[in-house]
Amino acid sequence: MTIAVAMSGGVDSSAVAAMLKQEGHDLVGLTMQLWNQRRLADKDGMPEQVQGRCCSIDDVYDARRVAEMLSIPYYVVNHQERFERDVIRPFVDEYLAGRTPIPCSLCNNHLKFDQLLLTARQIGAEQIATGHYARNEYDPERGRWILKRPADASKDQTYFLFGLTQEQLARTLFPLGGFTKPQVRELAHGYGLALANKPDSQEICFIPGGDYKRFIDAYLEEQGEAVPETAGELVSVGGQPRGTHEGVHNFTVGQRKGLGLASPSPLYVISIDRERKQVTVGAEQELMRDSLRAQRVNWISVPGLAGEMRAQVKIRHRHEPAWATLRPSGADEVEVRFDEPVRAVTPGQAAVFYAGDEVVGGGWIV
Amino acid sequence: MRPFLVGEFGNASSIHQEGQHARAAVESARASIARFVGCRPAEIVFTSGGTESDNLAVFGSVRAGDHVITSSVEHHAVLHAVERLGERGVEVSFVPVDGQGLVANEDVRRALRPNTRLISVMMANNETGVLQPVEEIGRIAAEAGVRFHVDAVQAAGKVPLDVDSIGCQLLSISGHKMHGPQGTGALFVRRGTRVEPLFAGGAHERQRRAGTENVAGIVGLGKAAECAMGSEAAERMQVLRDRLEMGLLEQASGVNGGKAPRIVNTSNLWFDSLEGEALVIALDLKGLAVSSGAACSSGANEPSHVLLAMGVSPERAKSSVRFSLHRQTTEEEIDRAIELVSTQVVRMRELSAVTS
Repeated sequence: MTIAVAMSGGVDSSAVAAMLKQEGHDLVGLTMQLWNQRRLADKDGMPEQVQGRCCSIDDVYDARRVAEMLSIPYYVVNHQERFERDVIRPFVDEYLAGRTPIPCSLCNNHLKFDQLLLTARQIGAEQIATGHYARNEYDPERGRWILKRPADASKDQTYFLFGLTQEQLARTLFPLGGFTKPQVRELAHGYGLALANKPDSQEICFIPGGDYKRFIDAYLEEQGEAVPETAGELVSVGGQPRGTHEGVHNFTVGQRKGLGLASPSPLYVISIDRERKQVTVGAEQELMRDSLRAQRVNWISVPGLAGEMRAQVKIRHRHEPAWATLRPSGADEVEVRFDEPVRAVTPGQAAVFYAGDEVVGGGWIV
Repeated sequence: MRPFLVGEFGNASSIHQEGQHARAAVESARASIARFVGCRPAEIVFTSGGTESDNLAVFGSVRAGDHVITSSVEHHAVLHAVERLGERGVEVSFVPVDGQGLVANEDVRRALRPNTRLISVMMANNETGVLQPVEEIGRIAAEAGVRFHVDAVQAAGKVPLDVDSIGCQLLSISGHKMHGPQGTGALFVRRGTRVEPLFAGGAHERQRRAGTENVAGIVGLGKAAECAMGSEAAERMQVLRDRLEMGLLEQASGVNGGKAPRIVNTSNLWFDSLEGEALVIALDLKGLAVSSGAACSSGANEPSHVLLAMGVSPERAKSSVRFSLHRQTTEEEIDRAIELVSTQVVRMRELSAVTS
């Protein structure tokens, strides 16, 4: 049986390849070409090219070298069109609609565990292995594949994986789930991988320098589209005008910096109303919410939600899960009532439900 | 080649005896290449390959204010060179091709302007193998008194080359496309045709290409040209290529450029509802090396500009795969390839049907 390893040229996926090779598996290395970093390089404020970013020639070179060293066949597959359609475009549209998107989840759902898995199967592999920090295992009693948090809680990537279907989980290996990041670096050293000390990637892979506002401007310019006019008012929770802003996509719920308002106490973005082009600002306690609704829910450890269910819920990647009660509130939709109010519920982000280490499911916050 | 790689390191431009020996080998290779394309030895300039030959022909012929005509299916070595000229104040015309990938003579004639300096059209396309009517274009160029460059990189070794019957002033060939070494090539430059050198440096190659000669490579290129002449391999390759196409058409949906005259070793097929890229990988893993599209810097595939220029839909372009034969390809290999491709295509189609 052949396993396709999704290789990014980073430490984690390289260690996965080395580990599986050591175990004697038949491997093929695949790198997805998702985005051309030079495409927007001539646009205002965009850097020429940033070293060592996702899909850069450097990373492909690193991945190729690892594959060469491990004597495994290696290929770069072009999924740029799909990435633009299913990740870039929704990313831009979400911001323009006043929401805060998670491109990594979209990429997992549409590229890594969909398109790449299909490519892997077409070329004759049965499974794919990735360098994600997560665990998955089959539970015969429930008859379901279960996604679990990894040994290294600080690297937990399950928040970005809530969209995986049973079919996808059945065909996926997360060999790093039982290791901590320092252990993985150690392993990489042990396997003689030259890139064992390569720094972790942090920001959104297609946004060099991390300035998403510039990226949106540059992308729309390239597409020959005008940036929609969404400049409007900053208002208080009570509706009083507090100032003006230059477009709703410049804001995210909970944001403090860049409001351009003088105030004796700190002000935060409380909510964004795309229709009225209004951004509501207020004190920190006004950010607290005791419920949310999540749509397009995907279930993992359970087939669905019949009645109420207790779970811990994460509303952003870096968020301590909070106890809540889940209740079905429509087709593929869940209402989440928190025991204690949570700060900055952000439309566009995901609400992911946990039962201990298990991911129960998750959906998109509206 | 071997002696010049392991012991004889004389510089062909030097006075000493080692140098003279190298010079003799280079000149003998030059004579072989000259026979191969039907010209005088002095009309051959050795280069680092097809790309350099094409670049020397294009950049060496044209300056700001001139007009260049080329086709939309040229190799990037010509296409990108001409595009760059376009950014430097040269007028450029890209003549289209029809659904089979053929340039129409009349389009070339119509594109002529009073300041047209160069027409550059390839002899055989590297992706489809389609042969352009270069002799007729040569006549149009001659009537108009315009310089004519033929990129014969893909054609060399598969069809006889004769620069006089083509009527060109410039013609490019490349070593590795004719069983010669990689990184070697030549440009035929007709006597009296001045090309501005690409490199500043010594007076090598009659001041047309500065830089110490790649003696081993040049010797290899000369030998490859000798081997390619008078060989009956072409007929055999055509029989095998047709056998391959016949076999593959059970699964393939058609031949891109199949109705046009083609060189004997190339077959560009499309497979409806299949990712050409995945098929290429699946076949490579089974030991069959084929290609699709053009490789970009990272190695990922881009949709073929040649197929798109033929008016092929992007979907069909992405489902297209190029099969190439060489002179040593055997009938057994062809039959194995047919079986292998059929198995993989059937399997992949089933998979796509289930998952989509």
